Amino acid sequence: MENYDVIVVGGGPAGLGAAIEAAKFGAKTLLLDENMKPGGQLFKQIHKFFGSKEHYAGIRGYKIGEKLLQEAADLHVTLKLNTRVWGIFPDGVVTAYCEKQSMKFRAEMLILATGASENVLSFPGCSLPGVITAGAAQTMVNLYRVLPGRRFVVVGSGNVGLIVTYQLKQAGADILAVVEALPQVTGYGVHAAKVKRAGVKILLGHTVKEARGKKELEQVVLCKLGKNMELLKESELILEADTVCLAVGLSPRVELAALSGCRLVYSPVLGGMLPWHDENMCTTNPRILVAGDLAGVEEASTALEEGRLAGLAAVRKLGINLKFAAELEREMGQIKARLNKLRQGPYGAKRQLAKKELLSKGPVKEFCL
Amino acid sequence: MAYIKNHPILGTMEKKRYVTVTVDGRNIQGIEGEPIAAALLANGIRVFRYTQKFKEPRGLFCGIGQCTDCLMEVDGVPNVKTCVTPLKEGMIIKTQRGFGEELTNGKL
Repeated sequence: MENYDVIVVGGGPAGLGAAIEAAKFGAKTLLLDENMKPGGQLFKQIHKFFGSKEHYAGIRGYKIGEKLLQEAADLHVTLKLNTRVWGIFPDGVVTAYCEKQSMKFRAEMLILATGASENVLSFPGCSLPGVITAGAAQTMVNLYRVLPGRRFVVVGSGNVGLIVTYQLKQAGADILAVVEALPQVTGYGVHAAKVKRAGVKILLGHTVKEARGKKELEQVVLCKLGKNMELLKESELILEADTVCLAVGLSPRVELAALSGCRLVYSPVLGGMLPWHDENMCTTNPRILVAGDLAGVEEASTALEEGRLAGLAAVRKLGINLKFAAELEREMGQIKARLNKLRQGPYGAKRQLAKKELLSKGPVKEFCL
Repeated sequence: MAYIKNHPILGTMEKKRYVTVTVDGRNIQGIEGEPIAAALLANGIRVFRYTQKFKEPRGLFCGIGQCTDCLMEVDGVPNVKTCVTPLKEGMIIKTQRGFGEELTNGKL
């Protein structure tokens, strides 16, 4: 069994940030990822990021991914791909499925950065081939250069829906409509403006009533929603789409955190059930820290910062390289300041508040499930 | 095969190695190492399997190995997640019926 100081599960922006910071302060670090390639969803993000210089503003997501991977490699972070973690034990042993066998690793501190999974929407015909998640469309188009259809309807006008719409357009697809149940667009104005400039209709107060097709999707029936979100049947609109992309939110992937005894709490703003954590990303399990979408669904830039913070907090708990303690504290302070900056504006502020609420209530039973 | 050869952000597609595989007895071409599902979509194939109980068609859904909608039989092995399994020369891919041919003795 291989021994490490820190094991990070998940090699997206949060996991990479955690591994980089832990390794920078001398921790022997292992990064595990179930995918063929590291980087999580970063390599699918071909748009430019927002924020300030520290947040790689103006740089496209996949470029940030390349930079982080190089940094991790330079710091001798051990990276194991195609490795799916299936167990975490109280003594710090991590078991994983890799190349058709089970492997064991052990570490003093574990950082979970398992990300989130896409929510689904139920309607008659929703299981037909051709109804896919927005993430699946993004994966196929931006990573593999394959259009999963020709004529698309995108459901959800959050940032994921808007960005995927624009990226499908860039790849030459026809977008018949973006459908939003609420009376207003829920993503950033900048993204919505881009979509509108590209000539795509955003249908507010609408939802998918039904998907039709014999073996594959052939038609999508849209319907207006009333004041109480009831279907207004007389308003049916039939579109000849061959693909529906669902962009209806994300939920933290809490399986491993729950398995290892981290207490879960509920926060609708942060995506639902998530492991309770303090301001340093520590959970109720003293050995386990969390970061990124698992700790509340936000954005790649916040995930990266949370990962960095968790990496440093893990090193602090390990108590190695104490001569750099002051530097470590300073860096943690800087990251928190940057996170505060990222959590501003109407969207960020809500999440900031939700994170604060988490902290102030503590991992109390009434607040948890 | 339909790949996005020219992309406004990603640029021109690099030269790739193409491989030939069979899908339900028919030869198709795809790019070596891409997910099987990508090759199928590029060739216009969207139905990957039929469910055991109601025989409903399923295809790509999540695209990142989480949901199991895209399972197919690959080289005689049922329940292969085609969205995360790399394409290799000579693969024999079959539309999966129910739990797979071996487990249902070809009956469905």
